[in-house]
Order: sequence, then C-alpha cells, then structure tokens
Amino acid sequence: MQILLEAKNLSKKYVKTTGFFTRKQTVIKALDNISVSIKKGITLAVVGESGSGKSTLAKSLVRLIDVDKGLITFRNKNMRTINGDTLKSTRKNIQMIFQDPYASLNPRMKILKIMEEPLKVHKLGNSAAQYSMILSMIKRVGLVEADLLKYPHQFSGGQRQRIGIARALILEPELVVCDEPVSALDVSVQAQIIKLLKSLQKEYGLTYLFITHDLRIVRHIADEVIVMKDGKLIEQGKTDIIFNNPKTKYTKELLASIPGNLSKRK
Amino acid sequence: MTNSILKINNLKVFPNINSRLKLVKNISLRLKKGKTTCIVGESGSGKSLTALSVMRLLSSQLSMSGSIVFEGIDLLNLSKEEIRKKRGKDIAMIFQEPMTSLNPVLTIGYQIQEAISVHESPNKVELNSRVSKLLKTVGIPVDRMNSYPDELSGGQRQRVMIAMAISCSPKLLIADEPTTALDVTVQAQILNLLDDLKLKFEMTMLFITHDFGVVEDIADDVAVMFQGEIVEQGSVAKVLKNPKHPYTRALLDCVPDAYGKKDLKPIDYIALKELMGKKNANFIRS
Repeated sequence: MQILLEAKNLSKKYVKTTGFFTRKQTVIKALDNISVSIKKGITLAVVGESGSGKSTLAKSLVRLIDVDKGLITFRNKNMRTINGDTLKSTRKNIQMIFQDPYASLNPRMKILKIMEEPLKVHKLGNSAAQYSMILSMIKRVGLVEADLLKYPHQFSGGQRQRIGIARALILEPELVVCDEPVSALDVSVQAQIIKLLKSLQKEYGLTYLFITHDLRIVRHIADEVIVMKDGKLIEQGKTDIIFNNPKTKYTKELLASIPGNLSKRK
Repeated sequence: MTNSILKINNLKVFPNINSRLKLVKNISLRLKKGKTTCIVGESGSGKSLTALSVMRLLSSQLSMSGSIVFEGIDLLNLSKEEIRKKRGKDIAMIFQEPMTSLNPVLTIGYQIQEAISVHESPNKVELNSRVSKLLKTVGIPVDRMNSYPDELSGGQRQRVMIAMAISCSPKLLIADEPTTALDVTVQAQILNLLDDLKLKFEMTMLFITHDFGVVEDIADDVAVMFQGEIVEQGSVAKVLKNPKHPYTRALLDCVPDAYGKKDLKPIDYIALKELMGKKNANFIRS
C-alpha cells in the first residue's frame, strides 16, 4: 500500500516554568522520538490518555506546530522545510476536523461564508462554481440549502460537527486529521457522525488520522492503532491484533478499563 | 418492593412561567437499599433534573410536584432549614466537573473539614484525624491535605469530592456523571472506588450517566429516560440483555462496544415515534 505521510523520529519539548520567584523549569517531552507512517485510504487511530501527546502529534503532522527534531514527508515533500505556495497547496490536501464544534466555527459568519472561505483562500472556481460545490457538499453531510444562511448558534452540536466536516472536505483533501471529533457529542449523535465519516471515506477515498481517547470508537472505525503514553509510542499495529493480543502492559491496562469490560465485582 | 430507601412518585418538573411544559413528566422510581440505580439517557432527557430534585437543588425558575419520599419523609414538604440538615448528611452528591465544584482558594483539607463541621461539631484533633482517615479511604496521600485543588489531577479532585460526600456517612449518594470528564483508566479506578465505598458504608447510590458501558460496570438497577420520561426500568441484566422498549433498543444500538465491529445504528427518531405510538407503551417495567 502506498504511504501518504511518513514521520521519523519526531521530538517536541515544552518548557514549563513553575514557581513565582524561583523560575524552576521543567521540560515536558510531548513527543519523544516518534515514528509513524500513514498508508493511503486507511484510518489510523491514535489513542492515549490526556497529556500523552496525541494532539501534539496530530498538530505537528499537519504543521500547525513545529517539531524540534525529526522528518515529516507528505507525498515526498518535506513538510518541515516547504513554505509559501508549496505549503499552501500541501495544506489543501490535509484538512482538520476539531473536537469542539462550538468553538471551531466563527459565530459571526453564516455557514455559506464559513464554507466559502477555504475555496477563496485556494482560489478555486468562480463564485457560481463555488456555490454549487458548497451546496452539494452541505447536502452530502445531511443539511439543506436554507441552512447556508444561518449562523452556527442556530445548529445543534451534531449539525455543527457536520458543518465542520463539510468545511474540511470541500477542498477534497487526501488526509483528514480528526482530533476527537465525536467526544463532545451524545451517543446517538456520535453514531450518526461516525457513520457519516465512514461513508465519506468510502466515497472520496479519504485517509483518516483519528485522535481519540475512546477505545470503543477505535475498535469501530480504525484499521490501525497507535497507543501513546507520556509522549512515547507504546504500541502500534492492526486494530484487531492490538485488541485481541496486546503486547505491552499499558495497552492491556487501557483495554481493561474500557467501560463494560471491567471484571465484575460480584 | 421491599426496603426501598427512596421513592420518587409522579415527579414533574416544570418552569414557573409555563407549567404546561413538563421537563420531567410524571416519573416514578424506587431505589433499593444498598443497591446502585443508574439513570441513563441522552442530554436533555431530564436525568440531571431528577437528581437535582432529590437534593432540592433545582433552579428557582423551576417548580416540581409529586413526592420524593426518603425514609418515610417527603423531601418536597421540608422547609429550607430541614432540607439543609439532610443535604450532605443523609443524602450527598458528587458532580461531573470536580474543578468547578471545589473552591480554588481553599485547601482540600479545609474543604473536607467544612463538609463535616456543617453537620457535626467535633474538636480540632478529632476533625483532623477524620479528614486524614477520609483521604486514606479515597486513596489520596494524607500529606496532600494542605494542597489546593489546582495542584491535584482530575482523578484526585474527584476523589476529594467523594471524600467530602462520604464525610458524614450518607445513606444515599447521588453521582451525576462523576467520571465523564476523566480518562478511561482513571474512570475505571473511580468506578471501582465508588463501588467499594458503597459496599463498605452500605450506601445506596443513584448514578447518572449516558454511558451504557458504565451502567454495565456499576449498576444493579437501571432506568432509561427519554424526553423527560422513564421509558424502561428494571435490573441491569434484564434491561441490557433483553431491552423491551424501542428507545432502549435504539440507544443500545448506537453505543460502540469493545469486543468487535458491530454495526452502529444512529437513532431514527421518526421511526421511533411511530413505534412508540403504535405500541402505546411509554412505560415498561421488567
């Protein structure tokens, strides 16, 4: 299978200053020598507890933050050195869906404007062509034309996440980074969004990098899994293999703490 | 049913300005002594309102009718003074977000002491030893007594909340989504802790959650709420293995499980309404 994005030996440190007078500095290794490769057309899930560095990994892969060390290549382009137009055209191919659909949509923009923005930035088509692209995309995610003239606050959480997905997909990216896209949603809405993401993947041949802390969702959506802890990569492999036959103690512990999977007390 | 410690009869909750709009519609629920009852439902189903009604902590904009009988006394008829004596002593509550429920400028030791001294007046030495005992019970090193909430992790904060809640050995503990904000491994620890405490202190627990996995782990009985009504209630084994109500079935269908790739089915509300209308069964007891 073709490899879409490859990262080698990524390291990222954050320096935290504690104390008012003493200025003690503690170094937190958010990424500690991590290597990942994402194959085209699959869903790769990154799991870990809060503070394990999974969001840092996602952000550094799309170059929303710069890493200290390491190499990231996307379609044979070095993500760490490209800039200007090359970076812009590469970014078009990597889009992100965020966790909090309440915070990631501009409350002062109508949905039409929110959807138009990426098209305008990348200068795709004239306004008539743009409108028809937006319309077909918004219908694809289950909204209607009249919704284009509404503001984000007029939608429910699930609908807002649909808008977030539509905005990410309008540029027809190859890689979509989903940072906990369903953890702020109710279970029934969660099921809708997961179903939508899966059918969109089939339709557009998308590759997902799926960040989550919910192992039940991982089991459901991912082909491959990376388990992270304290910035280190603990285990990686095919979902079925990791779930049925975890190698490390930490992965076993994680799997054992899935709700509904605890050894019953009585 | 024998030995029910709390009986909720025909509880309705409605806004003062529009008494026809029922947020909780005529629900009845019995909590068996020493057992854990879970209320599950989506957001907006009225599960938290039910819990707050028992504590009489509803917003002043809301009114309620019906009766909530706790050990033979109707809580809704008590004066503010009387209910305050029950709150924290006989009935305690743990909330979802431990950071917002703890005072950031007071040490946790002081806050636990405060919870005790509202209801009892032990001397200083006794108070201190009780606080250290409580911290030990919930698994926090005793030397953290002088720490502030922001110096603790999320799981530890929730443990402090639990210590405060059990400080006066309540008979009923209400937990409103106590693990929703926590990581899975921490969640498992807190659930185990609550379960141990329940057995140790012979408490009854009313546990609010939206997660069927958590229900499976902790509950003895379960009540499923949908749009302000309890649509199904019964023992966990019965309700989860053999759900009778179409809504319970639909809700179970959209929860992913840990064992394999089952097909997720989002709830089809239109089909559900029809099903519920046809059966005319909005209340099922199993």
